[in-house]
Amino acid sequence: MKSMGQTQEEYYRGVRMVPYDLLKELVLAMAGVGVLAILVAAFLSSPDVAPVTIANWSQADPVDFVTTATGELAGTTTSAGYGAPYNTTPDAFQSWGPIAPQAWFGVRIPIDSANAYVIDPLKHASFTNSTLAASLTQWQAATPDQQAAWLDAYTTALADATVKDGNVTVASGDYGPLTLMMSNLLGVAQTGGLDGLLAINGRFYQTDYTQPLLFMGDGGYFDGLAANEHLSGDLWGMMNETGTYPGQTWLWLYTMWYQVPPFTSDTGFLGLNAGNADLGIIILMTVLTFLLALVPFIPILRDIPRWLPIHRLIWRAYYAPNGQAPGRPTSVKPLGSSVPPAP
Amino acid sequence: MSARNSDSWTLRVRQAMDRHLPMDHLLPDRQPYYVGSWVYVFGVITIAALAWVIVSGVVLSFFGPQWWHDSSVGRFFNSLHFWSVQLFFIFMVLHLWGQYFMAGWRNGRAATWMIGVVIFGISILTAFTGYLSQQNFDAQFIALNAKDAMNGAGIGAFFNVLNFGQMYGLHVMLLPIGVTFLVVAHIVMVRARGVVKPIDPEGARP
Repeated sequence: MKSMGQTQEEYYRGVRMVPYDLLKELVLAMAGVGVLAILVAAFLSSPDVAPVTIANWSQADPVDFVTTATGELAGTTTSAGYGAPYNTTPDAFQSWGPIAPQAWFGVRIPIDSANAYVIDPLKHASFTNSTLAASLTQWQAATPDQQAAWLDAYTTALADATVKDGNVTVASGDYGPLTLMMSNLLGVAQTGGLDGLLAINGRFYQTDYTQPLLFMGDGGYFDGLAANEHLSGDLWGMMNETGTYPGQTWLWLYTMWYQVPPFTSDTGFLGLNAGNADLGIIILMTVLTFLLALVPFIPILRDIPRWLPIHRLIWRAYYAPNGQAPGRPTSVKPLGSSVPPAP
Repeated sequence: MSARNSDSWTLRVRQAMDRHLPMDHLLPDRQPYYVGSWVYVFGVITIAALAWVIVSGVVLSFFGPQWWHDSSVGRFFNSLHFWSVQLFFIFMVLHLWGQYFMAGWRNGRAATWMIGVVIFGISILTAFTGYLSQQNFDAQFIALNAKDAMNGAGIGAFFNVLNFGQMYGLHVMLLPIGVTFLVVAHIVMVRARGVVKPIDPEGARP
């Protein structure tokens, strides 16, 4: 192989060569690593906390469920006002100067929160429920102002809602058909029907859980569970795993930026702040990755190994007088000068 | 060689391989004596861990993503996959730092270093899609959190972390193929050029 104008033989001229069994080393490495991995797997297992369903959520915290569903109908939840790629909420995108890829690509996974999470499921439920069908008709026939008034009143009342036998009760008031609609939606959710409706979404085979996950993410119940598992963002979020298992620890640098200015600051620096932290950190990590790849060409970065004496520890035998420092006690150990240098 | 044979693409490729990557470079039985340093072990144990990741992953993918939640054997293979990945990253980072302090990119080996960095990046993406494919609470949490980063950067329009099918497909097919292909290329480049010489002259004193 030519290397910078040299063959490998020329490159190694004068360097003492020793017997070295690469394949034996690989097989031994596979055996050693395999034994280690098997032992750790057998004794420590792996995390598997059951996923949360909408049924779990609506049974465990009916008020949070109904409050979230009401918010979806009112368009006040996170996903309802998310912007691209889910919907067209104006100015709901991150940008840094002229860089605004979230806006550039637009709505590619359309989600109409009110219809997806409330109206459409209730339409399914009203198939054999004429009372619910009448409530839906009343809701859809109402003016936007009337709907907003009902939603405001019902949302306010939900703050003091009580739960009895899994049902949510609010103080008397003018909520239009909302009480009946939400009661039915809660019932559908508690039986698991809403999980099925949102997951299947008019199909038979499907593997896309965007809708149910976004819905659960809008509520407070899911975040509470995550906080109990020490997974919150201020605890370095998705780098963690439930229990005491290691998570994606290799994401430490990426996750770290969310914990430090300017990405924790409202004012920020050079236009980077908490408001565009996701975009800013992805850009920063992309730049850092390129820098890592280009280390061989970057002065100072490429010179540090030469300045630091760590390479002298790595190649102790090479730097020791007469190459007497110990190497690995395997077939790769230097075997003395019985093997002639490469020609 | 006949004139006709000289136009043969097959012959030309074979001759180029003979010229650039002869078998005694690809599978040498001798190495420079400084390869006796323990730091060289990090590369081979990274490959060994990757092999266990692939073996356990193939078993898991054969039985499907639900299997390991309901079967003790499946749970064991998931654990083997999980811990092999952890070991793979530990060894890979050690290998990366080792190569950095050895300045392993010297003497025409910059491309080998750069491909190594690309492998590191794709490995992170592969592991990320794996965590999203667990079908448990962790997968839900990671997906809901990661979507904001992906969407904020515009990536989410094409790479939907809430779409299990997309993440699972990438995790078991495209990304592992990418990692494996690049690891093979990385190894071939190392073997083609040989390991780099130490930084300072032999026997140099501090």
